[in-house]
Amino acid sequence: MTAPASPAAPASPPPPPSTVRLTIEGIPVEVPPGTSILEAAKQAGVLVPHYCYHPGLPVAGVCRMCLVDVEKFPKLAPACATAVADGQVVHVHNEKAKKAREGVLEFLLINHPLDCPICDQAGECELQDYTFQEGRADSRYREPKRFNPVEDFGGDVLYVPNRCILCTRCVRFMSDVAQDPVLNVSERGDRAFIGKAEGHDLTHAWAGNVVDLCPVGALLSKDFLNKARAWELDRSASVCTGCSQGCNVVLETRDNVVVRVKPRSNTAVNQYYACETGRLHYRWMNRRDRLEVPLVRGEAGVPMPAAWEQAIAAAARTLAAAPRLVVLASAGLSNEALYLLSRIRGPGGEGVFRVETGPEAPLAGAPDLALRADRAPNGRGAELMGFARHDQPLAALQAGDTLLVADHDLAGLDLAALDRAGEIVVIGTTLPGELVSRVAVALPTCNVAEEEGTFTNLRGRVQRFLQAKAAPGEARPTWSVLGDVAEAMGRGRAPMLPADVFAALAGDHPAFGGLTYAGLGLRGLPVLDAAPAGGTS
Amino acid sequence: MGYPHPRHPRETPVLSEHFGDPAARTLAGWKARGGYQALEQALAMDPVAVQNVVKDSGLRGRGGAGFPAGIKWSFMKPDGKPHYLCCNGDESEPGTFKDREIMRWTPHALVEGVATAMHAIYAETGYIYIRGEFTEPLEAVTAAVREAYAAGILGANAMGTGRRLDIHVHKGAGAYICGEETALMNSLEGKRGNPRIKPPFPAVAGLFGKPTTINNVETLTAAAHVVRRGAEWYKAMGRPDNPKSTGTKLFSVCGNVARPGNYEVTLGFPFKDFLWELCGGAPDGRRIKAVIPGGSSVPILTAEECEAVFMDYEGMAAAGTLLGSGGVIVFDDTADMPRQIARLARFYAHESCAQCSQCREGTAWTTRILERICRGEGSFEDLDTLLEIGEQMSGKTICVLSDSCATPVASGLRKFRHEFEAKIGRKQGKAFVPSAYPTGLTPAAAGSAP
Repeated sequence: MTAPASPAAPASPPPPPSTVRLTIEGIPVEVPPGTSILEAAKQAGVLVPHYCYHPGLPVAGVCRMCLVDVEKFPKLAPACATAVADGQVVHVHNEKAKKAREGVLEFLLINHPLDCPICDQAGECELQDYTFQEGRADSRYREPKRFNPVEDFGGDVLYVPNRCILCTRCVRFMSDVAQDPVLNVSERGDRAFIGKAEGHDLTHAWAGNVVDLCPVGALLSKDFLNKARAWELDRSASVCTGCSQGCNVVLETRDNVVVRVKPRSNTAVNQYYACETGRLHYRWMNRRDRLEVPLVRGEAGVPMPAAWEQAIAAAARTLAAAPRLVVLASAGLSNEALYLLSRIRGPGGEGVFRVETGPEAPLAGAPDLALRADRAPNGRGAELMGFARHDQPLAALQAGDTLLVADHDLAGLDLAALDRAGEIVVIGTTLPGELVSRVAVALPTCNVAEEEGTFTNLRGRVQRFLQAKAAPGEARPTWSVLGDVAEAMGRGRAPMLPADVFAALAGDHPAFGGLTYAGLGLRGLPVLDAAPAGGTS
Repeated sequence: MGYPHPRHPRETPVLSEHFGDPAARTLAGWKARGGYQALEQALAMDPVAVQNVVKDSGLRGRGGAGFPAGIKWSFMKPDGKPHYLCCNGDESEPGTFKDREIMRWTPHALVEGVATAMHAIYAETGYIYIRGEFTEPLEAVTAAVREAYAAGILGANAMGTGRRLDIHVHKGAGAYICGEETALMNSLEGKRGNPRIKPPFPAVAGLFGKPTTINNVETLTAAAHVVRRGAEWYKAMGRPDNPKSTGTKLFSVCGNVARPGNYEVTLGFPFKDFLWELCGGAPDGRRIKAVIPGGSSVPILTAEECEAVFMDYEGMAAAGTLLGSGGVIVFDDTADMPRQIARLARFYAHESCAQCSQCREGTAWTTRILERICRGEGSFEDLDTLLEIGEQMSGKTICVLSDSCATPVASGLRKFRHEFEAKIGRKQGKAFVPSAYPTGLTPAAAGSAP
């Protein structure tokens, strides 16, 4: 999908890119014809306040918030639904346009309960923001407010109709993007509300996006309900670990606890969306039963806490002494960790992994976007690093092999095979109970929320994730621990930064050639041979 | 005098000639009255020639906007795409009931007009959208279409010309907004009747996304007469000094008037003669106080203002109002203007499609303020608030329903402010105290609690 244009392709010279020049708030802009004034204004660095417009949805033009003053137009024009024209002069912030917006805000607020202190959206509410920015300080509304009870829309969504401004983003998302038209506008006039088709719930795999799309606090996530105030949250760019699609997300933490996952827009991967599975795939990041200190088997055969230096030396010793090394690596590890594991594994060793699978759930209206069957973020990366995918990866174990378990879940594996293992070393976030009596060394590492690195999604796009919270106890970033172990084994120098690992990785693997850690940015880049992975979807 | 009264000598019956004559409803009866000559004539002509006749006649849209019908038709070019004609019979404007009578008494006149227009705009398919509450007109038009099919006037070989003309009759579901042209198209497509953003205009992308012309029942019926009797005949009717408004127009008169009904007069007829001579003025010797001349959406005129007005597009505009749909609502001196205006506003609040913020909230807010004033709980600031809300509701929304609510309120408030002030002043000793925050109950519901 991202292969560079082949020179052999028939050379049809495209018509010279015609552009339209206009002036928005005194700033000249040049955009392709057909662009809306609102999008053109974004390019000029001018935000036209709006509610119903969303770049991922069909234009509705109903909130009338984006009315702008276009010179020579008899009336104010909706910026979202008006195409640019050559020589247009657009005023967004003149008296006429501001007065109209003030009017819209007053209308939207007359029946609004103004319950910001108990509303989850407060702090990230566009109604609140624009009202502060340019609304009236008071209301002239003296009548009783309209009241409708809160409705459970099913799935993860709660509807608070009193806060609803009927922008219809949710309706359009469900009908045009999810293509499961469960929501509608019911009734007319100011009695109107968002209705749900009789007998249907918002249980579509991607329905949770209506909560993000809602510019006010009318659609709420039950999972996040009353959990935190928007301004208490720390936000970090990350990549969803729920499947191999690699949706760009934001991990939101409060007091070192991940409390919410929200999509981060990336038109090459997930548009503006994240699925329900991805949204709710964060609780494990906060689990408390973590391996917090390095453990080395003591005299009684019981793992005992040890200093990092001592533990790394012990791990390196054990691994170096292996007659044959089998690395059971999680497909949830970063490219960097998997690369360093491949160094530790050496040419004689074997690397295996297993990926949980589940039903695929596409988002019909978005290209190549789905909750993928592979419920791990980096199966593709593991394959590129020479790890083999097996349903029963422990079958690779031969009598006397040393087994390195790198954060791989043991659930669902044939644990009887462990009996064939000689020594077992664990490098991971937890120490599985089955291994406590068997493990020679266990080294605690950070989970995805606690370190940074990159994943390769199923289409071969390499994307960075950043650290969102602090690691528990003495846990160290996976790349750091593995780098130290590799160095202690005499296999390359320990990296100082994840960027160092990535640089080494890109040097060793031609597929990653030309990529740099910094160059990936926060939107990622495809690996060179990023042909669609056949059959793994 | 207008139907159902005996015809007044100063009327010019063209469309209303056969009102009240059940024999005109049948195909045989209609043909005996000269029916389907226009269609036969039109089918023998080039569509552009039909467009030109209508263009020359000066016939303008009778639904309210007054756009020249011939020019509207000339937007439709033979471009190979399917074209559609929509006939707007969703006559829901308060005070307007002229299309109802056309459809009831002369359904074949409408079918003929629709078929003629379909030929002129290169359309094979036409839809007659009839207001849901119009059960009798629906039956009449459906029967007429059936008869026309049976007689080979419609169908794959219309009148033996080889031209395909299909007409479907569609029953509305009771929404005023479906009379808005693009809402009507959404409704026909089976969607919620919400007006669409324009552009694109119907002539570019209308019904089912295809070039579409939409005309009012009266316009299409008049067009058939124009084709049959020529542009010159039609042009000759009207005020000699105003060539922009030609032909006859049906006016529906209701309210406090001695002889309510439908009257057909030439455009440019003096409003004063119309009100007092044709309609008989206010009943029981009372005096006319105010008149809404073109359906409830247009500015109100006082009785004095009515005296010098000519009943055409320009004459009404000169008086600061609009010809609109021709629904004349008369108020006499017993009318309580604030209450009447509140009732109008309530209609718009009920019918707002709820798309645009200004309309959805503004119509309801206006209504609540007006009803509160009528309960004697108003304040003087409310009057200024009403005018400001009206300002915010005008010219900012997708369709004009919002403006239609604001217009009579603003004009009524300006012209009859003393009546509003009297209602407020009466209660000045007892200032209105805003009720507590959301009670969840409308005042009516609260009052009905046991």
